[in-house]
Amino acid sequence: MANHAAAIPSDAPVIVHGIETELKRPVYTLADFLFRQTPVVGTIWSRVGGVAAHPDNAYRLLREDKELVLVFPEGTKATAKTYDTRYQLRRFGRGGFVEIAMRAGVPVIPIAVVGAEESMPTLWRSKALAKALGLPYFPVTANMLLLGPLLGLVGYFPAKFKLKVLDPVGFDVPPDQERYSKSRVMDEAEAIRVSIQEALHTMLSERRSVWRG
Amino acid sequence: MGRRVLVTGLSTFWGGRVAQALEQDPTVEVIVGLDTEEPTVELERTEYVKADQSYSILSRLVRATKVDTILHTFLVVDSTRSSSRALHEINVIGTMNLLAAAGAPDSSVRHLVVKSSSLVYGAGHRDPAWFSEETARTSRVGTEVERSLLEVEAYLSDFAEDNPQVTVSRLRFANVLGPDIRTPLSRLLDLPVVPAVAGFDPLLQFVEENDVVRAILHVMEQETPGIFNVAGEGNLPWSECAALCGRRIAPILPPFAADRLLMPFNRLIDLPPEVLSLLRYGRGVDRSRLTSTGFRYSFTSAGAVDSYAKAARLRRTIGEAPGYRWERDVETFFRTSSAVVRPER
Repeated sequence: MANHAAAIPSDAPVIVHGIETELKRPVYTLADFLFRQTPVVGTIWSRVGGVAAHPDNAYRLLREDKELVLVFPEGTKATAKTYDTRYQLRRFGRGGFVEIAMRAGVPVIPIAVVGAEESMPTLWRSKALAKALGLPYFPVTANMLLLGPLLGLVGYFPAKFKLKVLDPVGFDVPPDQERYSKSRVMDEAEAIRVSIQEALHTMLSERRSVWRG
Repeated sequence: MGRRVLVTGLSTFWGGRVAQALEQDPTVEVIVGLDTEEPTVELERTEYVKADQSYSILSRLVRATKVDTILHTFLVVDSTRSSSRALHEINVIGTMNLLAAAGAPDSSVRHLVVKSSSLVYGAGHRDPAWFSEETARTSRVGTEVERSLLEVEAYLSDFAEDNPQVTVSRLRFANVLGPDIRTPLSRLLDLPVVPAVAGFDPLLQFVEENDVVRAILHVMEQETPGIFNVAGEGNLPWSECAALCGRRIAPILPPFAADRLLMPFNRLIDLPPEVLSLLRYGRGVDRSRLTSTGFRYSFTSAGAVDSYAKAARLRRTIGEAPGYRWERDVETFFRTSSAVVRPER
Protein backbone atom coordinates (compact mmCIF):
# COMPACT_ATOMS: atom_id res chain seq x y z
CA MET A 1 0.00 0.00 0.00
CA ALA A 2 1.14 3.53 -0.60
CA ASN A 3 0.33 7.17 -0.17
CA HIS A 4 -1.78 8.67 -2.91
CA ALA A 5 -1.62 11.94 -4.82
CA ALA A 6 -2.37 13.94 -7.99
CA ALA A 7 -5.86 14.84 -9.14
CA ILE A 8 -5.81 11.98 -11.62
CA PRO A 9 -3.45 9.68 -9.78
CA SER A 10 -0.12 9.23 -11.51
CA ASP A 11 1.43 7.23 -8.69
CA ALA A 12 -0.47 3.99 -9.32
CA PRO A 13 1.04 3.25 -12.76
CA VAL A 14 4.48 4.25 -11.53
CA ILE A 15 4.34 1.89 -8.55
CA VAL A 16 2.88 -0.94 -10.64
CA HIS A 17 5.55 -0.47 -13.28
CA GLY A 18 8.26 -0.40 -10.62
CA ILE A 19 7.13 -3.61 -8.93
CA GLU A 20 6.44 -5.45 -12.16
CA THR A 21 9.87 -4.70 -13.61
CA GLU A 22 11.66 -5.50 -10.34
CA LEU A 23 9.75 -8.63 -9.29
CA LYS A 24 8.35 -9.80 -12.64
CA ARG A 25 5.00 -10.37 -10.98
CA PRO A 26 1.68 -8.80 -11.89
CA VAL A 27 0.23 -6.26 -9.50
CA TYR A 28 -3.49 -5.73 -9.09
CA THR A 29 -4.52 -2.23 -8.16
CA LEU A 30 -7.59 -1.67 -6.06
CA ALA A 31 -9.43 1.49 -6.95
CA ASP A 32 -12.64 3.33 -6.44
CA PHE A 33 -15.82 1.94 -8.01
CA LEU A 34 -15.99 5.17 -9.95
CA PHE A 35 -13.47 3.76 -12.41
CA ARG A 36 -15.77 0.93 -13.31
CA GLN A 37 -18.62 3.31 -14.00
CA THR A 38 -16.67 5.39 -16.48
CA PRO A 39 -16.87 4.25 -20.09
CA VAL A 40 -13.58 3.44 -21.86
CA VAL A 41 -11.50 4.35 -18.78
CA GLY A 42 -13.06 1.49 -16.83
CA THR A 43 -12.36 -1.04 -19.54
CA ILE A 44 -8.74 0.03 -20.01
CA TRP A 45 -8.26 0.19 -16.27
CA SER A 46 -9.47 -3.36 -15.75
CA ARG A 47 -7.33 -4.59 -18.63
CA VAL A 48 -4.19 -3.26 -16.98
CA GLY A 49 -4.95 -4.99 -13.70
CA GLY A 50 -7.41 -2.68 -12.01
CA VAL A 51 -9.84 -4.24 -9.58
CA ALA A 52 -12.80 -2.62 -7.85
CA ALA A 53 -11.98 -2.08 -4.19
CA HIS A 54 -14.40 -4.63 -2.79
CA PRO A 55 -13.12 -6.52 0.29
CA ASP A 56 -14.01 -9.85 -1.37
CA ASN A 57 -11.91 -9.00 -4.42
CA ALA A 58 -8.88 -8.14 -2.31
CA TYR A 59 -9.27 -11.25 -0.17
CA ARG A 60 -9.57 -13.55 -3.20
CA LEU A 61 -6.51 -12.07 -4.88
CA LEU A 62 -4.38 -12.28 -1.75
CA ARG A 63 -5.55 -15.52 -0.20
CA GLU A 64 -6.63 -17.73 -3.09
CA ASP A 65 -4.61 -16.42 -6.01
CA LYS A 66 -1.56 -15.38 -3.94
CA GLU A 67 -1.12 -12.22 -5.98
CA LEU A 68 0.24 -8.78 -5.18
CA VAL A 69 -2.38 -6.17 -4.48
CA LEU A 70 -1.75 -2.44 -4.43
CA VAL A 71 -4.05 -0.27 -2.40
CA PHE A 72 -4.23 3.39 -1.48
CA PRO A 73 -6.00 3.50 1.86
CA GLU A 74 -6.50 7.25 1.71
CA GLY A 75 -8.65 6.86 -1.38
CA THR A 76 -10.15 9.94 -3.00
CA LYS A 77 -9.50 11.99 0.12
CA ALA A 78 -5.85 12.06 -0.91
CA THR A 79 -6.22 12.80 -4.59
CA ALA A 80 -8.74 15.54 -3.88
CA LYS A 81 -6.37 17.52 -1.67
CA THR A 82 -5.02 20.79 -2.94
CA TYR A 83 -1.39 21.66 -3.54
CA ASP A 84 -0.93 23.53 -0.27
CA THR A 85 -1.59 20.33 1.71
CA ARG A 86 0.72 18.12 -0.36
CA TYR A 87 2.43 15.17 1.31
CA GLN A 88 0.11 15.36 4.30
CA LEU A 89 -1.44 11.95 4.67
CA ARG A 90 -5.20 11.77 5.08
CA ARG A 91 -7.17 9.36 7.21
CA PHE A 92 -6.53 5.72 6.26
CA GLY A 93 -10.16 4.89 5.63
CA ARG A 94 -11.48 2.53 8.26
CA GLY A 95 -8.37 0.41 8.32
CA GLY A 96 -9.95 -2.03 5.90
CA PHE A 97 -6.63 -2.80 4.24
CA VAL A 98 -5.20 -4.03 7.54
CA GLU A 99 -8.24 -6.17 8.19
CA ILE A 100 -8.08 -7.80 4.76
CA ALA A 101 -4.36 -8.46 5.15
CA MET A 102 -5.05 -10.08 8.52
CA ARG A 103 -7.83 -12.20 7.06
CA ALA A 104 -5.70 -13.23 4.11
CA GLY A 105 -2.69 -13.88 6.33
CA VAL A 106 -0.34 -11.63 4.38
CA PRO A 107 1.94 -8.78 5.44
CA VAL A 108 1.41 -5.16 4.46
CA ILE A 109 4.30 -3.51 2.66
CA PRO A 110 4.13 0.28 2.93
CA ILE A 111 5.56 2.34 0.08
CA ALA A 112 6.30 6.04 0.35
CA VAL A 113 5.99 7.93 -2.93
CA VAL A 114 7.45 11.33 -3.67
CA GLY A 115 6.81 13.13 -6.93
CA ALA A 116 3.19 12.42 -7.70
CA GLU A 117 1.97 15.56 -5.94
CA GLU A 118 3.91 17.78 -8.31
CA SER A 119 2.82 15.98 -11.48
CA MET A 120 -0.73 17.27 -11.34
CA PRO A 121 -1.25 19.81 -8.57
CA THR A 122 -4.82 20.71 -7.71
CA LEU A 123 -5.29 24.44 -7.18
CA TRP A 124 -8.94 24.54 -6.42
CA ARG A 125 -11.93 22.21 -6.12
CA SER A 126 -15.33 22.98 -7.60
CA LYS A 127 -18.10 21.66 -5.41
CA ALA A 128 -20.84 22.64 -7.84
CA LEU A 129 -19.26 20.86 -10.80
CA ALA A 130 -18.52 17.76 -8.75
CA LYS A 131 -22.12 17.61 -7.67
CA ALA A 132 -23.43 18.18 -11.17
CA LEU A 133 -21.24 15.41 -12.62
CA GLY A 134 -21.73 13.02 -9.73
CA LEU A 135 -18.01 12.90 -8.99
CA PRO A 136 -16.43 12.76 -5.54
CA TYR A 137 -14.47 15.91 -6.37
CA PHE A 138 -13.83 18.13 -9.36
CA PRO A 139 -10.29 19.47 -9.39
CA VAL A 140 -9.05 22.51 -11.24
CA THR A 141 -5.43 21.63 -11.77
CA ALA A 142 -2.45 23.63 -12.88
CA ASN A 143 -2.22 21.24 -15.82
CA MET A 144 -5.71 22.26 -16.94
CA LEU A 145 -4.83 25.93 -16.79
CA LEU A 146 -1.70 25.38 -18.79
CA LEU A 147 -2.74 22.70 -21.28
CA GLY A 148 -6.47 23.29 -21.53
CA PRO A 149 -9.31 21.42 -19.85
CA LEU A 150 -9.02 18.22 -21.91
CA LEU A 151 -5.30 17.83 -22.45
CA GLY A 152 -4.84 18.89 -18.85
CA LEU A 153 -6.61 15.70 -17.77
CA VAL A 154 -3.92 13.49 -19.27
CA GLY A 155 -0.90 15.77 -19.50
CA TYR A 156 1.28 15.47 -16.42
CA PHE A 157 4.02 17.85 -15.41
CA PRO A 158 7.50 16.37 -15.27
CA ALA A 159 8.49 15.29 -11.79
CA LYS A 160 11.04 12.90 -10.39
CA PHE A 161 9.34 9.96 -8.74
CA LYS A 162 11.04 8.28 -5.84
CA LEU A 163 9.57 5.22 -4.21
CA LYS A 164 10.77 3.94 -0.88
CA VAL A 165 9.65 0.46 0.08
CA LEU A 166 9.43 0.26 3.85
CA ASP A 167 9.76 -2.85 6.00
CA PRO A 168 6.84 -5.26 5.71
CA VAL A 169 4.39 -5.21 8.58
CA GLY A 170 3.22 -8.65 9.71
CA PHE A 171 0.28 -9.07 12.06
CA ASP A 172 0.75 -12.46 13.68
CA VAL A 173 -2.97 -13.20 13.92
CA PRO A 174 -4.80 -16.29 12.65
CA PRO A 175 -6.21 -15.78 9.14
CA ASP A 176 -9.83 -16.28 8.01
CA GLN A 177 -11.42 -14.92 11.18
CA GLU A 178 -14.90 -13.48 10.99
CA ARG A 179 -13.79 -10.29 12.75
CA TYR A 180 -10.63 -8.78 14.13
CA SER A 181 -10.19 -6.48 17.07
CA LYS A 182 -11.06 -3.05 15.76
CA SER A 183 -8.62 -1.35 18.13
CA ARG A 184 -5.81 -3.60 16.91
CA VAL A 185 -6.74 -2.82 13.29
CA MET A 186 -6.83 0.92 13.91
CA ASP A 187 -3.54 0.81 15.85
CA GLU A 188 -1.80 -1.01 13.02
CA ALA A 189 -3.25 1.30 10.38
CA GLU A 190 -2.17 4.35 12.35
CA ALA A 191 1.34 2.94 12.87
CA ILE A 192 1.69 2.36 9.13
CA ARG A 193 0.40 5.83 8.41
CA VAL A 194 2.96 7.34 10.76
CA SER A 195 5.80 5.31 9.24
CA ILE A 196 4.90 6.47 5.73
CA GLN A 197 4.53 10.07 6.85
CA GLU A 198 7.95 9.96 8.49
CA ALA A 199 9.51 8.36 5.42
CA LEU A 200 7.95 11.10 3.28
CA HIS A 201 9.42 13.80 5.49
CA THR A 202 12.86 12.23 5.27
CA MET A 203 12.62 11.86 1.51
CA LEU A 204 11.40 15.43 1.07
CA SER A 205 14.17 16.80 3.28
CA GLU A 206 16.69 15.03 1.06
CA ARG A 207 15.08 16.10 -2.20
CA ARG A 208 16.96 18.95 -3.87
CA SER A 209 14.83 19.42 -6.93
CA VAL A 210 11.30 18.42 -7.94
CA TRP A 211 12.54 17.55 -11.43
CA ARG A 212 15.87 15.94 -10.76
CA GLY A 213 15.22 14.37 -7.38
CA MET B 1 -39.56 -48.16 -4.69
CA GLY B 2 -38.16 -45.55 -7.01
CA ARG B 3 -38.49 -41.84 -6.76
CA ARG B 4 -41.62 -40.04 -7.76
CA VAL B 5 -40.82 -36.70 -9.32
CA LEU B 6 -42.94 -33.70 -10.19
CA VAL B 7 -41.48 -31.38 -12.82
CA THR B 8 -43.07 -27.93 -13.03
CA GLY B 9 -42.95 -26.07 -16.30
CA LEU B 10 -42.78 -29.19 -18.48
CA SER B 11 -43.24 -27.19 -21.67
CA THR B 12 -40.47 -24.77 -20.88
CA PHE B 13 -37.06 -25.50 -22.28
CA TRP B 14 -35.75 -26.75 -18.96
CA GLY B 15 -38.78 -28.75 -17.86
CA GLY B 16 -38.73 -30.76 -21.07
CA ARG B 17 -34.98 -31.32 -20.94
CA VAL B 18 -35.02 -32.36 -17.30
CA ALA B 19 -37.95 -34.75 -17.87
CA GLN B 20 -36.15 -36.33 -20.82
CA ALA B 21 -33.08 -36.89 -18.67
CA LEU B 22 -35.16 -38.28 -15.80
CA GLU B 23 -36.74 -40.83 -18.13
CA GLN B 24 -33.30 -42.35 -18.66
CA ASP B 25 -32.90 -42.86 -14.93
CA PRO B 26 -34.26 -46.30 -13.84
CA THR B 27 -34.44 -45.24 -10.20
CA VAL B 28 -37.10 -42.69 -11.08
CA GLU B 29 -40.42 -44.46 -11.00
CA VAL B 30 -42.89 -41.76 -11.86
CA ILE B 31 -42.43 -38.43 -13.61
CA VAL B 32 -45.32 -36.01 -13.55
CA GLY B 33 -44.99 -32.89 -15.65
CA LEU B 34 -47.07 -29.83 -15.00
CA ASP B 35 -47.60 -26.90 -17.32
CA THR B 36 -50.22 -24.71 -18.89
CA GLU B 37 -49.09 -25.51 -22.40
CA GLU B 38 -48.28 -28.69 -24.25
CA PRO B 39 -44.77 -30.16 -24.03
CA THR B 40 -42.37 -29.18 -26.75
CA VAL B 41 -40.13 -32.23 -26.63
CA GLU B 42 -40.72 -35.92 -27.17
CA LEU B 43 -41.32 -37.73 -23.89
CA GLU B 44 -41.59 -41.48 -23.30
CA ARG B 45 -43.18 -42.00 -19.93
CA THR B 46 -43.65 -38.58 -18.38
CA GLU B 47 -47.25 -37.95 -17.41
CA TYR B 48 -48.29 -34.52 -18.57
CA VAL B 49 -50.88 -32.59 -16.62
CA LYS B 50 -52.27 -29.50 -18.22
CA ALA B 51 -53.08 -27.23 -15.34
CA ASP B 52 -52.34 -23.76 -14.13
CA GLN B 53 -50.39 -23.18 -10.95
CA SER B 54 -53.36 -22.50 -8.68
CA TYR B 55 -53.11 -23.77 -5.14
CA SER B 56 -56.14 -26.11 -5.26
CA ILE B 57 -54.83 -28.01 -8.27
CA LEU B 58 -51.26 -28.17 -7.01
CA SER B 59 -52.19 -29.49 -3.59
CA ARG B 60 -54.51 -32.10 -5.13
CA LEU B 61 -51.78 -33.11 -7.55
CA VAL B 62 -49.12 -33.44 -4.87
CA ARG B 63 -51.46 -35.45 -2.62
CA ALA B 64 -52.74 -37.72 -5.39
CA THR B 65 -49.38 -38.52 -6.98
CA LYS B 66 -47.48 -38.82 -3.68
CA VAL B 67 -44.40 -37.27 -5.27
CA ASP B 68 -41.32 -37.14 -3.07
CA THR B 69 -39.30 -34.76 -5.24
CA ILE B 70 -40.31 -31.53 -6.92
CA LEU B 71 -38.12 -29.98 -9.60
CA HIS B 72 -39.28 -26.40 -9.94
CA THR B 73 -38.02 -25.32 -13.33
CA PHE B 74 -40.91 -23.03 -14.18
CA LEU B 75 -39.29 -19.77 -13.08
CA VAL B 76 -39.14 -17.23 -15.89
CA VAL B 77 -35.75 -15.54 -16.12
CA ASP B 78 -36.03 -14.12 -19.63
CA SER B 79 -38.23 -11.09 -19.20
CA THR B 80 -38.49 -10.45 -22.94
CA ARG B 81 -40.75 -13.45 -23.44
CA SER B 82 -43.58 -12.56 -21.10
CA SER B 83 -45.34 -9.52 -19.75
CA SER B 84 -44.43 -8.36 -16.27
CA ARG B 85 -47.89 -9.37 -15.12
CA ALA B 86 -47.46 -12.96 -16.36
CA LEU B 87 -43.96 -13.01 -14.95
CA HIS B 88 -45.25 -12.13 -11.50
CA GLU B 89 -48.04 -14.71 -11.74
CA ILE B 90 -45.72 -17.52 -12.79
CA ASN B 91 -42.72 -16.76 -10.61
CA VAL B 92 -44.15 -15.39 -7.40
CA ILE B 93 -47.72 -16.69 -7.22
CA GLY B 94 -46.87 -20.03 -8.84
CA THR B 95 -43.99 -20.67 -6.46
CA MET B 96 -46.02 -19.56 -3.47
CA ASN B 97 -48.77 -22.03 -4.35
CA LEU B 98 -46.28 -24.79 -5.06
CA LEU B 99 -44.57 -24.28 -1.72
CA ALA B 100 -47.90 -24.22 0.07
CA ALA B 101 -48.84 -27.51 -1.58
CA ALA B 102 -45.46 -29.06 -0.84
CA GLY B 103 -45.60 -27.95 2.78
CA ALA B 104 -49.11 -29.28 3.47
CA PRO B 105 -49.33 -31.39 6.66
CA ASP B 106 -49.79 -34.71 4.85
CA SER B 107 -47.36 -33.88 2.04
CA SER B 108 -45.06 -36.62 0.82
CA VAL B 109 -42.50 -34.13 -0.56
CA ARG B 110 -39.00 -34.61 0.84
CA HIS B 111 -36.86 -32.76 -1.66
CA LEU B 112 -37.36 -29.56 -3.58
CA VAL B 113 -34.99 -28.35 -6.29
CA VAL B 114 -35.51 -24.84 -7.63
CA LYS B 115 -33.93 -23.44 -10.76
CA SER B 116 -33.21 -19.84 -9.85
CA SER B 117 -30.87 -17.45 -11.58
CA SER B 118 -27.77 -15.41 -10.83
CA LEU B 119 -29.97 -12.45 -11.79
CA VAL B 120 -30.67 -12.22 -8.06
CA TYR B 121 -27.18 -10.76 -7.65
CA GLY B 122 -27.89 -7.98 -10.12
CA ALA B 123 -25.05 -6.26 -11.91
CA GLY B 124 -23.60 -2.99 -10.76
CA HIS B 125 -20.37 -1.08 -10.44
CA ARG B 126 -20.09 -1.85 -6.73
CA ASP B 127 -20.18 -5.60 -7.26
CA PRO B 128 -17.32 -7.88 -6.30
CA ALA B 129 -15.67 -9.75 -9.14
CA TRP B 130 -17.12 -13.02 -7.91
CA PHE B 131 -20.35 -13.37 -5.98
CA SER B 132 -20.44 -16.15 -3.45
CA GLU B 133 -23.80 -17.59 -2.43
CA GLU B 134 -23.88 -15.37 0.64
CA THR B 135 -22.74 -12.09 -0.90
CA ALA B 136 -25.49 -9.50 -0.79
CA ARG B 137 -26.33 -7.68 -3.98
CA THR B 138 -25.11 -4.11 -4.21
CA SER B 139 -27.23 -2.69 -7.00
CA ARG B 140 -30.78 -1.48 -6.62
CA VAL B 141 -33.50 -3.94 -7.61
CA GLY B 142 -34.88 -2.16 -10.62
CA THR B 143 -36.39 -4.81 -12.85
CA GLU B 144 -39.48 -6.93 -12.62
CA VAL B 145 -37.74 -10.26 -13.18
CA GLU B 146 -35.12 -9.61 -10.51
CA ARG B 147 -37.73 -8.47 -8.05
CA SER B 148 -39.85 -11.56 -8.64
CA LEU B 149 -36.87 -13.89 -8.31
CA LEU B 150 -35.85 -12.25 -5.06
CA GLU B 151 -39.37 -12.70 -3.76
CA VAL B 152 -39.24 -16.34 -4.77
CA GLU B 153 -35.94 -16.76 -2.96
CA ALA B 154 -37.39 -15.17 0.16
CA TYR B 155 -40.29 -17.63 0.05
CA LEU B 156 -37.83 -20.48 -0.33
CA SER B 157 -35.84 -19.41 2.71
CA ASP B 158 -39.04 -19.27 4.75
CA PHE B 159 -40.15 -22.62 3.38
CA ALA B 160 -36.83 -24.29 4.22
CA GLU B 161 -37.07 -22.94 7.75
CA ASP B 162 -40.68 -23.99 8.30
CA ASN B 163 -40.28 -27.45 6.76
CA PRO B 164 -37.14 -29.07 8.12
CA GLN B 165 -38.28 -32.42 6.70
CA VAL B 166 -37.85 -31.07 3.16
CA THR B 167 -34.40 -30.69 1.62
CA VAL B 168 -34.42 -27.45 -0.35
CA SER B 169 -31.75 -27.05 -3.02
CA ARG B 170 -31.59 -23.75 -4.84
CA LEU B 171 -29.52 -23.45 -7.99
CA ARG B 172 -28.55 -20.03 -9.27
CA PHE B 173 -27.54 -20.34 -12.88
CA ALA B 174 -25.31 -17.93 -14.72
CA ASN B 175 -26.22 -16.88 -18.26
CA VAL B 176 -27.06 -19.99 -20.19
CA LEU B 177 -25.81 -20.58 -23.70
CA GLY B 178 -25.97 -23.69 -25.77
CA PRO B 179 -27.08 -25.21 -29.04
CA ASP B 180 -30.82 -24.96 -28.44
CA ILE B 181 -31.69 -22.37 -25.82
CA ARG B 182 -32.67 -18.85 -26.78
CA THR B 183 -31.78 -16.17 -24.28
CA PRO B 184 -31.53 -12.38 -24.62
CA LEU B 185 -27.76 -12.73 -24.95
CA SER B 186 -27.94 -15.49 -27.57
CA ARG B 187 -30.32 -13.34 -29.60
CA LEU B 188 -27.78 -10.51 -29.48
CA LEU B 189 -25.04 -12.87 -30.64
CA ASP B 190 -27.30 -13.91 -33.53
CA LEU B 191 -27.34 -10.40 -34.96
CA PRO B 192 -24.98 -9.52 -37.83
CA VAL B 193 -23.14 -7.12 -35.57
CA VAL B 194 -23.34 -7.63 -31.83
CA PRO B 195 -24.48 -4.56 -29.91
CA ALA B 196 -22.34 -3.50 -26.98
CA VAL B 197 -22.51 -0.60 -24.56
CA ALA B 198 -20.13 2.10 -25.75
CA GLY B 199 -16.97 2.15 -23.66
CA PHE B 200 -17.72 -1.04 -21.77
CA ASP B 201 -16.53 -4.58 -22.34
CA PRO B 202 -17.86 -6.59 -19.40
CA LEU B 203 -16.61 -9.95 -18.23
CA LEU B 204 -19.38 -12.49 -18.52
CA GLN B 205 -19.77 -15.98 -17.25
CA PHE B 206 -21.78 -18.68 -18.98
CA VAL B 207 -23.07 -22.13 -18.31
CA GLU B 208 -23.83 -24.62 -21.05
CA GLU B 209 -27.40 -25.90 -21.28
CA ASN B 210 -26.44 -29.53 -20.75
CA ASP B 211 -24.54 -28.60 -17.61
CA VAL B 212 -27.73 -26.94 -16.35
CA VAL B 213 -29.71 -30.16 -16.70
CA ARG B 214 -26.84 -32.18 -15.23
CA ALA B 215 -26.58 -29.83 -12.26
CA ILE B 216 -30.31 -30.16 -11.53
CA LEU B 217 -30.10 -33.95 -11.66
CA HIS B 218 -26.90 -33.89 -9.61
CA VAL B 219 -28.46 -32.09 -6.66
CA MET B 220 -31.56 -34.24 -7.02
CA GLU B 221 -29.47 -37.40 -6.66
CA GLN B 222 -27.21 -36.08 -3.92
CA GLU B 223 -30.04 -34.36 -2.05
CA THR B 224 -27.71 -31.58 -0.99
CA PRO B 225 -29.51 -28.72 0.73
CA GLY B 226 -28.55 -25.10 0.26
CA ILE B 227 -27.86 -22.53 -2.39
CA PHE B 228 -25.48 -23.25 -5.24
CA ASN B 229 -24.11 -21.07 -7.99
CA VAL B 230 -23.88 -22.89 -11.28
CA ALA B 231 -21.53 -21.41 -13.88
CA GLY B 232 -18.78 -22.52 -16.18
CA GLU B 233 -15.16 -21.93 -15.23
CA GLY B 234 -13.69 -18.52 -15.93
CA ASN B 235 -15.20 -15.52 -17.61
CA LEU B 236 -14.64 -13.74 -20.88
CA PRO B 237 -15.25 -10.27 -22.28
CA TRP B 238 -18.33 -9.63 -24.38
CA SER B 239 -16.14 -8.74 -27.35
CA GLU B 240 -14.54 -12.15 -27.14
CA CYS B 241 -17.94 -13.88 -27.01
CA ALA B 242 -18.79 -12.10 -30.24
CA ALA B 243 -15.44 -13.04 -31.75
CA LEU B 244 -15.99 -16.71 -30.88
CA CYS B 245 -19.26 -16.47 -32.79
CA GLY B 246 -17.48 -14.87 -35.74
CA ARG B 247 -19.05 -11.49 -35.08
CA ARG B 248 -17.83 -8.00 -34.36
CA ILE B 249 -19.17 -5.86 -31.58
CA ALA B 250 -20.67 -2.50 -32.36
CA PRO B 251 -20.61 -0.04 -29.45
CA ILE B 252 -24.03 1.36 -30.28
CA LEU B 253 -25.76 1.23 -26.91
CA PRO B 254 -25.47 4.50 -25.00
CA PRO B 255 -23.50 4.22 -21.75
CA PHE B 256 -25.77 6.58 -19.88
CA ALA B 257 -29.54 6.72 -19.53
CA ALA B 258 -29.75 3.71 -21.82
CA ASP B 259 -33.22 2.70 -20.64
CA ARG B 260 -34.74 5.99 -21.67
CA LEU B 261 -32.79 6.42 -24.89
CA LEU B 262 -33.58 2.93 -26.07
CA MET B 263 -37.26 3.15 -25.22
CA PRO B 264 -38.36 3.94 -28.82
CA PHE B 265 -36.53 0.84 -30.09
CA ASN B 266 -37.95 -1.54 -27.52
CA ARG B 267 -39.94 -3.35 -30.15
CA LEU B 268 -36.91 -3.82 -32.38
CA ILE B 269 -34.32 -5.10 -29.96
CA ASP B 270 -35.02 -7.18 -26.90
CA LEU B 271 -32.89 -5.48 -24.32
CA PRO B 272 -34.42 -5.64 -20.88
CA PRO B 273 -32.77 -3.45 -18.22
CA GLU B 274 -31.17 -6.44 -16.47
CA VAL B 275 -29.34 -7.33 -19.69
CA LEU B 276 -28.26 -3.72 -20.20
CA SER B 277 -26.67 -3.56 -16.77
CA LEU B 278 -25.06 -6.93 -17.44
CA LEU B 279 -23.57 -5.54 -20.64
CA ARG B 280 -22.07 -2.68 -18.64
CA TYR B 281 -20.69 -4.42 -15.59
CA GLY B 282 -20.87 -8.15 -16.20
CA ARG B 283 -21.18 -10.62 -13.40
CA GLY B 284 -19.16 -13.47 -11.98
CA VAL B 285 -20.22 -16.07 -9.47
CA ASP B 286 -18.12 -18.26 -7.22
CA ARG B 287 -18.70 -21.84 -8.30
CA SER B 288 -16.66 -23.63 -5.65
CA ARG B 289 -19.60 -24.80 -3.52
CA LEU B 290 -21.22 -26.96 -6.19
CA THR B 291 -17.92 -28.40 -7.39
CA SER B 292 -17.10 -29.36 -3.79
CA THR B 293 -20.20 -31.59 -3.79
CA GLY B 294 -18.62 -33.58 -6.60
CA PHE B 295 -20.23 -31.96 -9.63
CA ARG B 296 -18.01 -31.81 -12.71
CA TYR B 297 -18.80 -29.38 -15.49
CA SER B 298 -18.42 -30.50 -19.06
CA PHE B 299 -18.07 -26.94 -20.37
CA THR B 300 -16.19 -23.83 -19.31
CA SER B 301 -17.65 -20.37 -19.90
CA ALA B 302 -15.79 -20.07 -23.18
CA GLY B 303 -16.80 -23.63 -23.99
CA ALA B 304 -20.46 -22.71 -23.57
CA VAL B 305 -20.05 -19.81 -26.00
CA ASP B 306 -18.28 -22.10 -28.42
CA SER B 307 -21.02 -24.70 -28.12
CA TYR B 308 -23.57 -22.03 -28.97
CA ALA B 309 -21.45 -20.67 -31.84
CA LYS B 310 -21.13 -24.08 -33.46
CA ALA B 311 -24.87 -24.68 -33.34
CA ALA B 312 -25.56 -21.18 -34.65
CA ARG B 313 -23.27 -21.76 -37.62
CA LEU B 314 -25.02 -25.03 -38.37
CA ARG B 315 -28.40 -23.33 -38.06
CA ARG B 316 -27.43 -20.67 -40.54
CA THR B 317 -26.57 -23.36 -43.07
CA ILE B 318 -29.32 -25.93 -42.68
CA GLY B 319 -32.03 -23.90 -41.02
CA GLU B 320 -34.09 -24.49 -37.92
CA ALA B 321 -34.82 -28.07 -36.84
CA PRO B 322 -38.57 -28.71 -36.68
CA GLY B 323 -40.01 -28.76 -33.16
CA TYR B 324 -41.89 -31.62 -31.64
CA ARG B 325 -45.68 -31.47 -31.91
CA TRP B 326 -47.55 -32.85 -28.99
CA GLU B 327 -50.83 -34.66 -29.75
CA ARG B 328 -52.91 -35.93 -26.90
CA ASP B 329 -54.22 -38.99 -28.72
CA VAL B 330 -50.79 -40.09 -29.89
CA GLU B 331 -49.29 -39.67 -26.43
CA THR B 332 -52.15 -41.58 -24.81
CA PHE B 333 -51.77 -44.35 -27.35
CA PHE B 334 -48.08 -44.85 -26.65
CA ARG B 335 -48.56 -44.76 -22.91
CA THR B 336 -51.67 -46.89 -22.42
CA SER B 337 -52.54 -48.94 -25.52
CA SER B 338 -52.05 -52.69 -25.23
CA ALA B 339 -50.76 -52.74 -28.78
CA VAL B 340 -47.52 -51.05 -27.72
CA VAL B 341 -44.81 -53.39 -26.48
CA ARG B 342 -43.25 -51.71 -23.47
CA PRO B 343 -40.06 -52.71 -21.68
CA GLU B 344 -40.64 -54.21 -18.22
CA ARG B 345 -40.00 -51.87 -15.31
